[in-house]
Amino acid sequence: MKAIKPLLTAGALALTAGLASAQTDITVAIQLEPPNLDPTGGAAQAIDSVLYSNVFEGLTRFEGDGSVVPGLAESWEISDDGTVYTFKLHDGVNFHDGTTMDAEDVKFSLDRARADDSTNAQKGLFAGITDVTVIDPLTVQVTLDGPNGMFLFNMAWGDAVIVAPESIEDIASNPVGTGAFTFADWVQGDRLELARNENYWGDAPALENATFRFISDPTAAFAAVMAEDVDVFVGFPAPENLPQFEADPRFQVLVGNTEGETILSTNNKMPPFDNKLVRQAVAHAIDRQAIIDGAMFGLGTPIGTHFAPHNPDYVDLLANSPYDPAKAKELLAEAGFADGFTTTLKLPPPSYARRGGEIIASQLREVGIQAEISNLEWAQWIEEVFKGKDFGLSIVSHTEPMDIGIYANPDYYFQYDNPDFQALMEELNATTDPAGRSDLLAKAQTIISEDYVNGYLFELAVATVAKAGVQGLWVNQPTAAVDLTVVSWAE
Amino acid sequence: MSRGLIIGAALSVVFVVLAALSFIWTPFDIETLNIPNKLKPPSGAHWLGTDHFGRDILSMIMMGARTSIAVALLAVGIGMAVGVPLGLLAAARHGSLLDELIMRGNDLVFAFPSLVIAILITAVFGASAVNAIIAIGIFNVPVFARLTRGAALPLWERDFILAARVCGKSAARISVEHILPNITNLMIVQGTIQFSLGILAEAALSYIGLGAQPPTASWGRMLADAQTLVSIAPHTALVPGFAILLMVLGLNLLGDGLRDWLDPRIRVARV
Repeated sequence: MKAIKPLLTAGALALTAGLASAQTDITVAIQLEPPNLDPTGGAAQAIDSVLYSNVFEGLTRFEGDGSVVPGLAESWEISDDGTVYTFKLHDGVNFHDGTTMDAEDVKFSLDRARADDSTNAQKGLFAGITDVTVIDPLTVQVTLDGPNGMFLFNMAWGDAVIVAPESIEDIASNPVGTGAFTFADWVQGDRLELARNENYWGDAPALENATFRFISDPTAAFAAVMAEDVDVFVGFPAPENLPQFEADPRFQVLVGNTEGETILSTNNKMPPFDNKLVRQAVAHAIDRQAIIDGAMFGLGTPIGTHFAPHNPDYVDLLANSPYDPAKAKELLAEAGFADGFTTTLKLPPPSYARRGGEIIASQLREVGIQAEISNLEWAQWIEEVFKGKDFGLSIVSHTEPMDIGIYANPDYYFQYDNPDFQALMEELNATTDPAGRSDLLAKAQTIISEDYVNGYLFELAVATVAKAGVQGLWVNQPTAAVDLTVVSWAE
Repeated sequence: MSRGLIIGAALSVVFVVLAALSFIWTPFDIETLNIPNKLKPPSGAHWLGTDHFGRDILSMIMMGARTSIAVALLAVGIGMAVGVPLGLLAAARHGSLLDELIMRGNDLVFAFPSLVIAILITAVFGASAVNAIIAIGIFNVPVFARLTRGAALPLWERDFILAARVCGKSAARISVEHILPNITNLMIVQGTIQFSLGILAEAALSYIGLGAQPPTASWGRMLADAQTLVSIAPHTALVPGFAILLMVLGLNLLGDGLRDWLDPRIRVARV
């Protein structure tokens, strides 16, 4: 017995020592698994969630508050006419395979993204680039066809990260970037692992290992967090469970905003929605607060147009479409649908759509519109609604930042075709002066709000549930990302 | 009559009455959502509480009973309408190629797990109550076909059938006039059991979103909706769960009781 006692004390000491130094590994859960690991070739948000800023970096990058800061470019100069950007790159940056990151890689990445055969999901970001020239290994010059006030913002997107010609071939399964973490392992259907990049050019991250897990089922998500199987859940799928986590001292709940305008997408070419009066009637039939409370358990900000409320250029246009079922009925009668009509309401899987759809269908019934609900999986939704345009109404959250430009594309799935708006967008793209841009953006928001193009519901909120000791997590989601470079455990 | 039969009959009648009542009256209108009133526990106004949209759960259960019973009844109807004639035909043509074709065809359908067929059908033709009925009906067909053939075959050996044949009655007439009345009891018992399986299948299909679509109420979907709410509003899951349990239990007790009660051999033994 006597011999054991000192051992026990030593064990206890070791335990206390273990507690004193902070944990250096983390398990993060997100809802969807990335289909591949190429942020420059795939549209799936999950790719960016895992890799953005962790493995891949661009010339500029988003901070958690949405601001754009220097990334691989330490500084830049813009010519007086706003068409030539000269980027000065950081010295001594290496890719994870040991090759150096220099101006040639930047030229390669941008030329690849804007090439005719490029599969980049956001080719529009690169559309204005006419030439990329290497001045010296650390200086690269990008020439645009005209001034573009959004260019530095565009270069911060996950689709614009810098890749290397040496490792591009296997990027979809073995991503090689310049970031603070290297890709370690991907067990498809289960988890993806990252390890700290010991040769990182910037500040070394506090974490040594990170594991991503993919849990889309709300019940399983709740169980995984409660059982502490995961340390962090970014984009927790069941808002109804958040009060329980808030009440539990083991956890912290961060609720932030996203760039996701959740809208009742309306097929503007399909009768009777080609009639503005009908669309206006739908807008007045919707009680936004009931949808936010019923579908999102209170999470979300009502919007009156397709623009993020936290953006300084947002115009509050909720007054254009207050909840007023009596007025909706009058408008329907004026449009010749006094007895209402029947249409389809096709819903993708997220709960904002499925639950929101039931609520909206009930609200539309009140004014005489019978919306027949059909629940679709994402692949079916993309096929039928997004590509096939075979729908009357749908509900979806548009999560791309600053995406009001989609209203200038008459072939986009809700098929809004307004030459005035298209001209306005062209003017906006050519305007770099901030005050002028604000004016034009306000005009654009007002046009689509007064045309009742879609039913504008709410700005999607994102909830992150984490163990109490985790710090440095992004609260907001200015782009889909789980930036682990500044995340650490409290001691 | 056994105690099981009485309990089973009572439970079944309760749900049938609730479903029938829902045609003329429910405590609240379930098509109107009342979000501010959501997730209320059982109270004087809402006997079984309210769900996540503030709808009265008792009213939902009544409307859901209607959906369940309608789907299961029609599905069993399809199974009987197709399966019984097939079984009679196979028994009448016992040993022929036709018999083989019918029974092997049934084996083919039977070999698929029933729910998988149902998922396949609703996935291909779209999720709706009608497709759920067809899907559940299809896997009821071989059950009734086999049972009918199995029960009819020994009857064909009996003397009264021989007498009918000697009188010159056709196989079809014998099947309808002599065989069918003698297997009716069996059909009623099996029908009750299949009915309870149909209720379960409808709930399962609705649970995974392939059954009746909203706003039609359905017990399976009520369960699915309540899944993430169990910890904050347990009644939203317990009520539809118990509804399914009690209804299926009732029908099984009823089926068992009926079998004992209607089976001539057991009845003779009892006397």
